[in-house]
Amino acid sequence: MDNSYLIKTDELVKIFPMGETSIIALNHVNLMFKKAEFAGLVGPSGSGKTTLLNIIGSLDSPTEGSTTVMGQKIEDLSHKQGAELRNQHIGFIFQTFNLLPVYTVFENVEFPLLLLGLSPQERQDKVMKALEWVQLADRVKSKPAQLSGGESQRVAIARAVVKEPKIILADEPTANLDAENSHNILQTMEKINNELETTFIFATHDEKVIQYLRRKITLIDGKVAKDEVYDNPTGRGEEQ
Amino acid sequence: MIIPRLALRNLLGAGLRTWLNVIVLSFSFVLIIWLQGLYKGMGDQARVAQTDAEFGGGQYWQENYDPFDPLALQDAHSSVPESLQTLIENKQAAAILISQATIYPEGRLHTILMKGIDPAQSVVTLPTQFLDQEGEELPALIGTRMARNTGLKVGDTVTVRWRDSQGTFDARDAKIVQIMKTSVPSVDLAQMWVPLDKMQSLTRMKNEASLVILAQGTEEFPQVSGWIHKDMKFLLKDIDYLVKTKSVGGSIIYTILLCLAMLAIFNTQVLSIFRRRKEMGTLMAMGMTRSKIIQLFTLEGAMHSVLAALVAAIYGIPLLAWSAKTGWAMPEAADDYGIAGIGEALIPVYGTGLVVGTVVLVLLVTTIVSFLPTRKIAKLKPTDALRGKMT
Ligand SMILES: Nc1ncnc2c1ncn2[C@@H]1O[C@H](COP(=O)(O)OP(=O)(O)O)[C@@H](O)[C@H]1O
Ligand SMILES: [Mg+2]
Repeated sequence: MDNSYLIKTDELVKIFPMGETSIIALNHVNLMFKKAEFAGLVGPSGSGKTTLLNIIGSLDSPTEGSTTVMGQKIEDLSHKQGAELRNQHIGFIFQTFNLLPVYTVFENVEFPLLLLGLSPQERQDKVMKALEWVQLADRVKSKPAQLSGGESQRVAIARAVVKEPKIILADEPTANLDAENSHNILQTMEKINNELETTFIFATHDEKVIQYLRRKITLIDGKVAKDEVYDNPTGRGEEQ
Repeated sequence: MIIPRLALRNLLGAGLRTWLNVIVLSFSFVLIIWLQGLYKGMGDQARVAQTDAEFGGGQYWQENYDPFDPLALQDAHSSVPESLQTLIENKQAAAILISQATIYPEGRLHTILMKGIDPAQSVVTLPTQFLDQEGEELPALIGTRMARNTGLKVGDTVTVRWRDSQGTFDARDAKIVQIMKTSVPSVDLAQMWVPLDKMQSLTRMKNEASLVILAQGTEEFPQVSGWIHKDMKFLLKDIDYLVKTKSVGGSIIYTILLCLAMLAIFNTQVLSIFRRRKEMGTLMAMGMTRSKIIQLFTLEGAMHSVLAALVAAIYGIPLLAWSAKTGWAMPEAADDYGIAGIGEALIPVYGTGLVVGTVVLVLLVTTIVSFLPTRKIAKLKPTDALRGKMT
């Protein structure tokens, strides 16, 4: 096996039984992702983007085939090992932000570090660093309800990045944001990708996101239809 | 451990709902402790009062004596054995002679017990010194209940009639020398205390007694032929039984209250687990295991009782302390029907065991009630949780 790959899927099939019939959400998907990629799963709604992202993130298991993440076969992991993998190496960003409502901005970002068992001083340093990346260091005491959509998603990015994971999986991160905020968070993620060499995998059908991708994987009906690499994505140029 | 911190944060974050549950639960705490304290106090008071006034440090009963069989009373007397006589002379025991009698206050017949006791005795707290009087009339001591029921007052004379040892009727005028206030009905209702030596000679039962009361603190209970030793456990068993029965009645009240509080917490748990699926999905995505999430949610529920204990302490301690100081005034009517030994006020007694036991019990029940709905989480798939779906 080639160790330069962070993620490898091998003949992934996911079938959802639906009463009499069943839905084939993924149909023999073979993909590899390297360190520091900025890639997107693109395709119409229902094409299997979320399903693939969930399997890579060890939140779901395939019907057939296998997934290797950082040298570990996902399907062989116990619940606890899966949780550990996510805790240490994978950050998630969701369409609906999924901040914990009773916690402050600081506490939300701190959460993954609590699970990792870091000391208060380490947590303080890392949280502030992550919040500076997303330019929200002055909002530490705010509650999620007091934030705009763009700010909420930036907190979510800080939460995903605070533990400096190898992989960040972002499912439709801009779907609830306006154009300006979408560009803002994409530029933030691009910066993180450059500085920390974090691999980003998006699931999106948003043109604004697609502009930024350096690799665009098109899914249609659960199959990889196209896998294109751009050396010079257009997104950055447009906004600057 | 981060789970308790997170649980507390979530709980406080939930605001009003949390405090409503906490307040209801704190009522249960205070009420349970107060009611239990009341029963404990009632038992203690009754035990002390009856021990002081009647039981002393145990009794020897003449073998035929049975307080529940008035017919046997006729034969329930015999000479006080030497070993007991020594104790009596040393003021470590008091002999009581009991005989059925009738009195005719205001021309109406009352069947009573005439009880002879040494006026100089100090074994029980009855004010027998008033019986130490010379004269033709028989000095008699009665209680307030007896006085009320018969209309007798201090200085009144009343005719007493009894059968002597041969079964022959005899009668005398008795003069009420004192009406004693006692909280113990069993030394009061339908009885008349007279000097022992006078009664012995009137009934021709020289040196005889029906029972002998030992002084409190007596430790040796030798075998005495023809007499049966009755220990404190035996003598107090009626009170213990009564207190137990009454506290069962009381526990129904707080069981209902506790059930209400538990229902509120169960409902909150079910609702919160239903509503917070997405949060659970997020926690799973961040690397929290299901068992940790179950712990978190269970602890959140269980912490209601911790907060309730704190809140209960804030208003409960002064309240309970105040009630322990002032007691609970007993209505007049409770005098006749209430439990023996409760004077004007019932003073609750709160032991450490009671308080700790109550807290542990409530904590345990709350934890179980909080845990039950969380079992659903064990089957929750992270993907379903994130989509806000519950299977
Ligand atoms: N939990 C599920 N149960 C049944 N069908 C599902 C489930 N999740 C996804 N699907 C189906 O699988 C297909 C792919 O879904 P998804 O991966 O969410 O697509 P996308 O994210 O590209 O919109 C869709 O047809 C969807 O209805
Ligand atoms: Mg999707």
